Amino acid sequence: MKFMIYGALIALLTITTSFVISETDENEGYKIGDVATDFSLKGIDDKMHALSDFKEAKGFIVIFTCNHCPYAKMYEDRIIALQSEFEPKGYPVIAINPNDPKAMPSDSFKNMKKRAKEKSFNFHYLFDDGQKIYPQYGATKTPHVFLLDKERVVKYIGAIDDNARDAGAVKERFLANAINALMDGKEINPKVTKAIGCSIKSK
Amino acid sequence: MVKHLFNMRSFSLKAQFILVLFICLTVNSSAQDKVKVYAKFKTFEAEHLQQLDTNKTYVINFWATWCVPCVKELPYFEALQNKYKDKDVEILLVSLDLVSQMESKLIPFIKKNKLNTQVVLLTDGQVNNWIDLIDPSWSGAIPATLVIKGGQRIFYEKQYHSLAELEKDVINI
Repeated sequence: MKFMIYGALIALLTITTSFVISETDENEGYKIGDVATDFSLKGIDDKMHALSDFKEAKGFIVIFTCNHCPYAKMYEDRIIALQSEFEPKGYPVIAINPNDPKAMPSDSFKNMKKRAKEKSFNFHYLFDDGQKIYPQYGATKTPHVFLLDKERVVKYIGAIDDNARDAGAVKERFLANAINALMDGKEINPKVTKAIGCSIKSK
Repeated sequence: MVKHLFNMRSFSLKAQFILVLFICLTVNSSAQDKVKVYAKFKTFEAEHLQQLDTNKTYVINFWATWCVPCVKELPYFEALQNKYKDKDVEILLVSLDLVSQMESKLIPFIKKNKLNTQVVLLTDGQVNNWIDLIDPSWSGAIPATLVIKGGQRIFYEKQYHSLAELEKDVINI
């Protein structure tokens, strides 16, 4: 009898806990260890792209970024360098513009193509048309990075490095270190970092 | 006699206070042409977040001239400043502009918009080390506003669309 009561209590506790967790996830996006959603978004090559299309990938560097934000612009060259460094190792950069062009005209699909051409982007640059994807990830700003492994498990969230304003003054390459640790099967530290960024624009 | 002395002293203190206040008001009545730069968060923290008067409300807004929603909500902070400046409410606009653009963008912006609210520039690039010290819930997106009242801190990561909305969050709490 006692055993049954304990069992019921544990069951109840589990239900309550899982309810709380799922509610938090819904509000705040992914946490480390969550499985990120796949998507099908149009890229600047006018083709639709999904993470599952990258058959050879060992993981994904998903970066929410955009055209207009000065902090996003400060990182353009560093994102290009990340793609050059890690795409050959199986970790492609998938950049996603989450902004609504009605709220921020310079972040239109047309302007994404323009900016990519000007800067010779070497990475996929996709448009979150309808803003369905970024809220699931819990992206709040540009740039905002989510490093996923092959199974789309979230391994690292946050900043590219520790100094947006001055690439020359960077002491810690948070994202590059996280990818290297992931490749080597080592513990990622830190798993979550923060940076200043532009809020994501919605109408 | 003692009482008289005390009164004299308090009178002179009062006069000094009024004089200082007058100078401050005179200085504040025109827009700032210099901005204090904090290269280290620790210095900013010591001067603006610590040892605060518990009878006052401090409203600290993080913004930048390049941040469109920040610029849009600035008039409500100006209005708040004008409405509550005599009521123990202190407003501080913390710019996160680049230090290299202080002379070319920030100061001209302050002058053009005739900002009366105090502006400082925080340039500590080791952002990951200080964002959580403002508030652990801050993702780093701007605009963002921190309210400190009676030792309590309340943080908002959002854009304001009216003075009433801002008052609701910072005054009527």
